[in-house]
Amino acid sequence: MYTQAMDTASKEELQALRSPVRSAEEAVLEERFDARIDDGAFIEAKDWMPEHYRKTLVRQISQHAHSEIVGMLPEGNWVTRAPTLKRKAILLAKIQDEGGHGLYLYAAAETLGTSRDQMLDALHTGKAKYSSIFNYPTLTWADVGVIGWLVDGAAIMNQIPLCRCSYAPYARAMIRVCKEESFHQRQGFDALNVMMREGTEALKAMVQDAVDRWWWPSLMMFGPPDAESPNTAQSMRWGIKRLSNDDLRQKFIDATAEQAKVLGVTLPDPLLKWNAEREHYDFGPIDWAEFWRVVGGDGACNRERLADRVNAWDDGAWVREAALAHARKQQTKAVAA
Amino acid sequence: MSDVKNEWPLWEVFVRPKAGLDHKHCGSLHAADAKMAVQMARDVYTRRLEGTSVWVVRSDQIVASDPADKGMLFDPAEDKVYRHPTFYELPEAVNHM
Repeated sequence: MYTQAMDTASKEELQALRSPVRSAEEAVLEERFDARIDDGAFIEAKDWMPEHYRKTLVRQISQHAHSEIVGMLPEGNWVTRAPTLKRKAILLAKIQDEGGHGLYLYAAAETLGTSRDQMLDALHTGKAKYSSIFNYPTLTWADVGVIGWLVDGAAIMNQIPLCRCSYAPYARAMIRVCKEESFHQRQGFDALNVMMREGTEALKAMVQDAVDRWWWPSLMMFGPPDAESPNTAQSMRWGIKRLSNDDLRQKFIDATAEQAKVLGVTLPDPLLKWNAEREHYDFGPIDWAEFWRVVGGDGACNRERLADRVNAWDDGAWVREAALAHARKQQTKAVAA
Repeated sequence: MSDVKNEWPLWEVFVRPKAGLDHKHCGSLHAADAKMAVQMARDVYTRRLEGTSVWVVRSDQIVASDPADKGMLFDPAEDKVYRHPTFYELPEAVNHM
């Protein structure tokens, strides 16, 4: 999802990322590095890399990780209210996966020399962002299905090219994530499909309402238009990003418009129409003012999500400390024996 | 900023996919001790029948070759084609040996 990170950085943050080349020796190293990227080589944790490449990746991977764990919150809202035991088991498995995805990604970011505590600190103090999509509320059970279908669908679209990211630990994490994510999208579609096939009129209306609310925020997940995404070029040069925001968004719309027909729902865009000449769907304007408002902290759930994260971290402090104290005690005993 | 020393140590996780195969590195995690590391490795890396056995090793216990020595260590193998069976052209009648 979740490559919004670079697009939503402030000018000052971006300036801080760009450090000037310091010495002739570094210039040679950077030339060699660029040549390796051009050859399609993977970069491993201990290889030399430009500071800007390292910082860009730390930023992107950590914010990707934050998105995974904050993404557990809107779904957690429905665990105790899932309509059947089967749906509850599926939802729990999915949420557990998201926690795992966060872990793979934090671990990948840690190989770049940042610590888990530093990253969590940035999240909890509001310095680091997570995907804006999770600042929308999950009002009905249909929202859980729509998150699987649209939100995870958009995430997969975004994440598949990242499996070929030039930074190998990130690419390896993404391969694992993508393998698991496919189940997330399919279970979402399945949950909605059952309601549309076998549900009452009220249930069908509930599904349509959820689609109406999540459609546009899902399109925003790909980040601002290419023209307003000044970091895309450098990220593509370095193989951190493989496809542009607009290309990914179009791919997602083309795939989803067809799936909506199968499901029997309408996507809330009167301008959505197949364009035979472009061989793509045309679509209406996206409300970017809303996107920036939510990124800026003023979405429906920004405060609630961050507070939940901070509380979970603070409430768990005694567990983390006790486990560490126990481990040290056992170690001392073993040495003494 | 949080004190890094209070972090649970980092462990590398190796999973054996099924009996008869090698353990393969699959990722890392933080855990307070070895027992917890095994438990968490099982929870995180084997939820879909990916493994029948896990190893965990403290990351700071792993000794690795230096990427700067890559050429010195590994390039010499490049020009030793005679170490491969395909280097030898044998008469057709015995070529399957």
